[in-house]
Amino acid sequence: MSVSKIYVPRETSAVSVGADEVALAIAREAKQTGTRIELIRNGSWGATWLEPLVEVEVDGVRIAYRNVSEADVPGLFSAGLVEGGEHAHRLGPITDVDYLANQDRWTFWRCGLIDPISLDDFRRHQGFNALQKAFADGPDAVLDAVTASGLRGRGGAGFPTGIKWRTVADTEAEQKYIACNADEGDSGTFSDRILMEGDPLGLIESMAVAGFAVGASKGYIYLRSEYPLTHLILSRALDVARDGGWLGANIQDSGFDFDIELHLGAGSYVCGEETAMLESLEGKKGIVRYKPPLPAHEGLFGKPTVVNNVVTLASVSNIMNLGGERYAGMGVNRSKGTLAFQLAGNIKRGGLVEKSFGITLRELIEDWGGGTASGRPVRAVQVGGPLGAYLPAEQLDITLDYEAFVEIGAMIGHGGIVVFDDTVDMAQQARFAMEFCAIESCGKCTPCRIGSTRGVEVIDRMIAGENREENYDLLVELCDTMEDASLCAMGGMTPYPVRSVLNHFAEDFASSGDEP
Amino acid sequence: MAENKLNREATSDIVQRFDARPEMLVQILQAIVMRYGWIPEETIRQLAEELNLSRADVHGVVNYYHDFRTDPPARHIVKICQAEACQAMGSRTLTEHARGMLGIALHDTNEAVTLEPVYCLGNCACAPAVMINGKTHGRVNPARFDELVGAMKEGH
Repeated sequence: MSVSKIYVPRETSAVSVGADEVALAIAREAKQTGTRIELIRNGSWGATWLEPLVEVEVDGVRIAYRNVSEADVPGLFSAGLVEGGEHAHRLGPITDVDYLANQDRWTFWRCGLIDPISLDDFRRHQGFNALQKAFADGPDAVLDAVTASGLRGRGGAGFPTGIKWRTVADTEAEQKYIACNADEGDSGTFSDRILMEGDPLGLIESMAVAGFAVGASKGYIYLRSEYPLTHLILSRALDVARDGGWLGANIQDSGFDFDIELHLGAGSYVCGEETAMLESLEGKKGIVRYKPPLPAHEGLFGKPTVVNNVVTLASVSNIMNLGGERYAGMGVNRSKGTLAFQLAGNIKRGGLVEKSFGITLRELIEDWGGGTASGRPVRAVQVGGPLGAYLPAEQLDITLDYEAFVEIGAMIGHGGIVVFDDTVDMAQQARFAMEFCAIESCGKCTPCRIGSTRGVEVIDRMIAGENREENYDLLVELCDTMEDASLCAMGGMTPYPVRSVLNHFAEDFASSGDEP
Repeated sequence: MAENKLNREATSDIVQRFDARPEMLVQILQAIVMRYGWIPEETIRQLAEELNLSRADVHGVVNYYHDFRTDPPARHIVKICQAEACQAMGSRTLTEHARGMLGIALHDTNEAVTLEPVYCLGNCACAPAVMINGKTHGRVNPARFDELVGAMKEGH
């Protein structure tokens, strides 16, 4: 009798809704029924609304079953799970699931597909081909490919990656570093996490490519502590890469040395800002640095450092494999390639959608997301995390393009899209933006440290109906000060969501606290 | 589960695991929290000595980061996400429910539970999210919250 391969994701969201219990139940049921199975804990495909999403391989085709609970397992076995049998939760071949089939998977293509901590599986899916190509072509060719791709920083700032890498490559120093920012603190974002849990070796490979291109022998990953499962998977993947000779001294006899140290954050949002992250990596308080000097010149321990987000780095392996021009051929205007959008909050079909820039927000929310989970009308959408603007339903036809968002006082950021229905109290959302800034401010600059607290107070007075017009003007002035005079995006962009509420939802200040 | 009893030797072992490198202070403190659940004053003194840092330096770092508790937590730690994606799915109502059910406010501790806010667990497509003793749970409505807390108290 043959052995059936069954896939159950080991990924934070899937596990948060019972994937571990499902995996145990499958193992138990297989034993009891004498069915020979190989249970593989893959990453998530990113169709989070279908989790736990179980797949079984039948004649080389992976048949998917959605939202499987522990209690469903005996029934699934009776329905002939291992032969891909009919069942109310059966979706058919995973590749035919619309949500996934219509994406442009460039960076996330291995997520869900492979066993994330199996070196063999990774190698079978082009793993380390990009690094070998880098060794064969030389550092300059890597820098040229990344520049040609038009790739921009996916952490939020959108700075051209090729220019950053070239700057570090051209800076003379004994020691240089690659620092991967995995402090994914923005609410509504989880693409870094899905990548690190589903394809950690892909990230490790891309970091090695970066190190080779700029002449860095050491890399750091700064991972937020709120991701304990990611920490476990990533640690294991680093061991696997090291044991396989893909990290360490003289990698595969190339003469290139590169290793990665994994650091945990400690619950500070502002450590997602690149210079605060560098301070934290040095064991200090995560307080923002003045720029210049740029980290590319004087970064970690004062040495030239490439600081990139997880998704930025992970995009590089396929840029090596498929060519920078091909990546640049996707997207619109100066927004080249793809972004992993994340549908979150009050949305029926939440998850990760990797798609070329140029799609509209409405397409993402309606075609992929299926509207709100509550079934009520969409009232507001926050794009780009807690520092991103709230867009009203009338603005949903905007194109996902960095510059188009900047034009309307918004930002794409890390691609998080948080949907709210018409029961939301937008005055409370504006208040929260200021409150969050007050909680998380590093305290170095006054507009952020004190402005945020004053902002909460002014908004409270507006909600209470005290001199509403005067306080409105005061709040606008406070936003101007924070925006113009803060040291980093924390204080400088907290006004974005606040202003967007003033511009589009001002009526809520009069009715805040009323029942919807 | 973390051990509350202080042990100078165990602390030294942790410091040595990081080769007593002062730049590993944040990592060392994380390891201390994982072991003891919090960071006692005498541990701060010991770390300053062993890492050749001033006590003020260590204090500064401890006070800066949310993860570095300076009071012992209860046996169970319940964190409820307060960030936007969870707000959109009723985290404010859930938090109210939790406060009522546990009889404590956010940042407070009773005989069994420490209740804390957290700003994003990265489980935003399965909101609202809750973390109980380091494990993330998704799609948590008040009824599910009661179940999870019940199971937690029974030691599951």
